Amino acid sequence: MSTATQPLVPPLVRVHDLAKTFDVSAPWLNRVIERKPRTLLHAVDGVGFEIARGQTLALVGESGCGKSTVARLLVGLYAPTRGGFTFDGQDAHAAFQGRDARALRRRIQMIFQDPYASLNPRWRVEDIVGEPLREHGLITGKAELKARVDELLTCVGLSAQDMARYPHQFSGGQRQRISIARALATAPEFLVCDEPTSALDVSVQAQVLNIMKRLQRERGLTYLFISHNLAVVRHVSDQVGVMYLGRLVELADKHTLFSHPRHPYTRMLLDAIPKMHDTGRARTPVQGEVPNPLDPPPGCAFNPRCPHANARCRAERPALHEAGAGTRVACHAVQEGRL
Amino acid sequence: MALLEVQNLVVEFPTRRGVLRALDGVSFAIAPGEILGVVGESGAGKSLTGASIIGLLEPPGRIASGQIRLEGERIDHLPHAQMRRIRGRRIGAIFQDPLTSLNPLYTVGQQLVETIQTHLPVSAAEARQRAVQLLKDTGIPAAEQRIGHYPHQFSGGMRQRVVIALALAAEPQLIVADEPTTALDVSIQAQIIQLLKSICKTRGAAVMLITHDMGVIAETCDRVAVMYAGRIAEIGPVHAVINHPAHPYTAGLMAAIPDMESERDALYQIDGAMPRLDTIPPGCAFNPRCPRGFQARCRTERPELIAAGPTQAACWLHDPASGVTA
Repeated sequence: MSTATQPLVPPLVRVHDLAKTFDVSAPWLNRVIERKPRTLLHAVDGVGFEIARGQTLALVGESGCGKSTVARLLVGLYAPTRGGFTFDGQDAHAAFQGRDARALRRRIQMIFQDPYASLNPRWRVEDIVGEPLREHGLITGKAELKARVDELLTCVGLSAQDMARYPHQFSGGQRQRISIARALATAPEFLVCDEPTSALDVSVQAQVLNIMKRLQRERGLTYLFISHNLAVVRHVSDQVGVMYLGRLVELADKHTLFSHPRHPYTRMLLDAIPKMHDTGRARTPVQGEVPNPLDPPPGCAFNPRCPHANARCRAERPALHEAGAGTRVACHAVQEGRL
Repeated sequence: MALLEVQNLVVEFPTRRGVLRALDGVSFAIAPGEILGVVGESGAGKSLTGASIIGLLEPPGRIASGQIRLEGERIDHLPHAQMRRIRGRRIGAIFQDPLTSLNPLYTVGQQLVETIQTHLPVSAAEARQRAVQLLKDTGIPAAEQRIGHYPHQFSGGMRQRVVIALALAAEPQLIVADEPTTALDVSIQAQIIQLLKSICKTRGAAVMLITHDMGVIAETCDRVAVMYAGRIAEIGPVHAVINHPAHPYTAGLMAAIPDMESERDALYQIDGAMPRLDTIPPGCAFNPRCPRGFQARCRTERPELIAAGPTQAACWLHDPASGVTA
């Protein structure tokens, strides 16, 4: 977010220089015998953004760009290697470790991609949705639990009768609604949604997206929305961050990003979307593929695929800088005015 | 004459609780060199249609009635040995996950050479030469070296190129591509779609492209069939189906897709979900969800495909006898 559009209220979520490195080395014995070096995978490398209360920031990128790792870092499933984030003014990763962890977890919840894997098949819906309530001590008796679960199910468009059923009795879209109801159980302020509709059919996707937007309006929820589908992102988000190989390459508000994309990678992604009402129009496919994250190219990670790359791009890694109109771009070509 | 003709195809799955009808009277044709898209949500029967054509229906599923004709010749009840000669030679197949359709224990060269030699009377050296050429044609750099590599040494997009090369190895007249780009990222998806389109055009192969992605259909196909609950709801030229859908289901589906052009606060939603096979309602299968379920007939009598302008839709709205203007 640029300083010009900086809101007066501090942002709810402020991520600074977040990094996560995974050690994917060969086992110790192989390293000793075969003299293999340690290998480190920089899944997320220096990502920073802010999300204002009640807003949605979407992270987009292709598989392996680190967007899901960011999600897991923000709910405390991973501890960061470097950097961190503050939630409502407090250092969240310190809090996740400390005595206040429980209170923080109540305020940050997550919705996962696969509603078939994220619900326990042996539990009834009542137990699935009721677990966070019980776990966080938010209810006192059985009757209250039932009443709260009923209320949660109703607000995602399911009914009280569904309480006694098991996950396999529901379709994919209904399961994702159960996941949403469970995430809402603790009345969180911040929801991290990792590809919440990618496993769903389009007509069902529309239902779930509409529910998510309505809940945001009604409850003032803040979303981090992770997706690879730019059309969905354009529909739900206020701000968009584009990731490539563990780094943010462009961060802008939705309208600017979609109308004036600056980074060559963002332009490529936008060009790659099939246009529906323009039948037969061939897309301009970009050559090449995402490089191996274990062995990223020096300089700008996008340089091997970039039509505007020069010597500097191949040597020096660009940092995120202001590029006007509230856009921040990590690209030498944009900074030098070549693009 | 149509290259492939499917008439009243019915596929059933016998279960302990009775026979489930997964495909119920599917009819369409593909002309030589044509790209037909088959689109629908999960469970609509699009993959089953593809599997029936290439003779890879998993038991206990069986073709209960109907006909599949390839150049006028029936192929739906051929013995396995005969079907094997057609599959690969005259009908190629591309599946969603390139990792499972390649054998991890053989190099891609071995797999290509084996396929070529199974179907074409060529020597080993010629087959190898063809294999290298196929890899080149599908855009794999350094094909001479890559031919000795194993599938795991390729990236996802490159693997799908190998699968396309395999499907094209014996120069089939028809390729059944079942979700060929679903497992790929958008930038790779664009590359693969363009490859599929251009390579089939230069070789004159027809394609049946099965996908749930309307965007892919829009840019690739000549005609599209929209499936719902085991039947074709609408079939017609792709621009007509997308821009002027005649069936309420197609219209709803199109409106539910978030697009890059318009600005909407809420997406149009079709309430409910596609019925399960054991609970398909009588009459039109879409009637409980239909915003235009306008008459008792929709709930009792099943509509067949009726001409609706440039397309055909299985909807009573377009029956002149209904006296309604759609």
